[in-house]
Amino acid sequence: MLNLADIMETITMIQDENLDIRTITMGISLLDCADTDIDKSCEKVYEKICEKAKDLVSVGEAIERKYGIPIVNKRISVTPISMLVGISGGDPVKYALTLDKAAKTVGVNFIGGFSALVQKGFAAGDKELIESIPRALAETDLVCSSVNIGSTRAGINMDAVALMGEKVKEAAELTKDKNCIGAAKLVVFCNAVEDNPFMAGAFHGVGEADCVINVGVSGPGVVRAALAKLPKDAPLNEVAELIKKTAFKVTRMGQLVGQEASKMLGVPFGIVDLSLAPTPAVGDSVAYILEEIGLEQCGTHGTTAALAMLNDAVKKGGVMASSAVGGLSGAFIPVSEDAGMIAAARSGCLCLEKLEAMTAVCSVGLDMIVIPGDTPASTISAIIADEAAIGMINSKTTAVRVIPAVGQIDGELDFGGLLGSGPIMKLNPKSADTMISRGGRIPAPIQSLKN
Amino acid sequence: MKAVVTVIGKDMVGILAKTASACAGRNANVSDVTQSILDGYFCMVMVIEIDKMTCELAELEKDIKNAVPEMVVHVMHEDIFNSMHRI
Repeated sequence: MLNLADIMETITMIQDENLDIRTITMGISLLDCADTDIDKSCEKVYEKICEKAKDLVSVGEAIERKYGIPIVNKRISVTPISMLVGISGGDPVKYALTLDKAAKTVGVNFIGGFSALVQKGFAAGDKELIESIPRALAETDLVCSSVNIGSTRAGINMDAVALMGEKVKEAAELTKDKNCIGAAKLVVFCNAVEDNPFMAGAFHGVGEADCVINVGVSGPGVVRAALAKLPKDAPLNEVAELIKKTAFKVTRMGQLVGQEASKMLGVPFGIVDLSLAPTPAVGDSVAYILEEIGLEQCGTHGTTAALAMLNDAVKKGGVMASSAVGGLSGAFIPVSEDAGMIAAARSGCLCLEKLEAMTAVCSVGLDMIVIPGDTPASTISAIIADEAAIGMINSKTTAVRVIPAVGQIDGELDFGGLLGSGPIMKLNPKSADTMISRGGRIPAPIQSLKN
Repeated sequence: MKAVVTVIGKDMVGILAKTASACAGRNANVSDVTQSILDGYFCMVMVIEIDKMTCELAELEKDIKNAVPEMVVHVMHEDIFNSMHRI
């Protein structure tokens, strides 16, 4: 029998604490769409996406009505497009336009997979795709792009790092009249995961099934509200225990929604991504959780320790709640998407160096950070290299999504919606130009020799 | 299959009657009702059988909201509570 307190807890979580399913992402393999003629290839891509995902949005809405829980995004991830470019040749932007058109036809919020995996070197199609990314992001609305430039197994491809610094800058420049939004849709990864349902980094890995449903949950507001009820003198092991229990409940929602969506669409259920994904809505913030744990403001000394405990407790709670956990699974710290992070960055309490330390203990990396528009490409490359090194050595995913505020010296960029807004953050003015222009590879670390 | 109807707000005459008749209007059988005062609010939880119901849960929620416009109403499938609170 259902218990009154349990029922009220669930309703409060959804109504007052912003509990929602952040995304249902359908992963679709496009390997069978490859053709030596790019136009034929695009046609097959369009047809396959429209066929597989035709009911995705309506099923998502039906589940929202049935369970009364909001499902904020319905998305699609596809096989890295560089593989198709390698076979067909031609202008990769044609694929981006095709993906954009298909996404609009089926009504999803974003489509990810305009991607290349170049951690060890460039294969056919990779360089062409990377060169075309800024144009592809400027000419489309819903396409997201990612490039994996390093891994624990392979080391870091520094030629790709140098190239990506330039591409991030170009992506911002080509969209400077739209708040540099191009750069907000481009992620540079180390140790990218193949089943990530979150954007902008989602793509459908080659080891995945033909079509799967992955679910990303959210719930920083729920965790913060639970911690607010705990006495301020409760020891940290009790804090961790409470986070675990709350993460369990949040993840159960994701599992339920994923199973239901998989049944209704007739597509296998992939994974639940246990991430704490913030939104700019007040209360739905990872920074506020850290402040609830006992920091005056996120970014001060102690932030890394609090975040490490939070991230670990979320995983421990979530892992038992789901039959298959995957994706990025951890706490996200995107600056512009988190009300508490925005406030901390504005006040100067949260700086880039601290964010970098935080990325060593949480799920992703330097995410949604606005940097000065005149930042040299080699400095962006150096930021990417630093993050990739943290990921490579710690066998974890790290990423960089920085937005050069082209045409703005001071002030803020406002992307609107879930992407939020953020102040321009200060960078170290000294150059890393010589190191970046060396190119080559950083060899795989000793951690790679696990066999 | 069952669903859970919750009605929360200031106590007043006829909440139970109006909610129950909205359910009856959509052929949903009321199988259990609990009501109490929680944090100073009147709080009613009604479990209904929805196998023979003639509409979606969201529509029933609209009906009940129209019947008791002063109250906060949720109609949700029981699975969401079972999955969150049972291992």
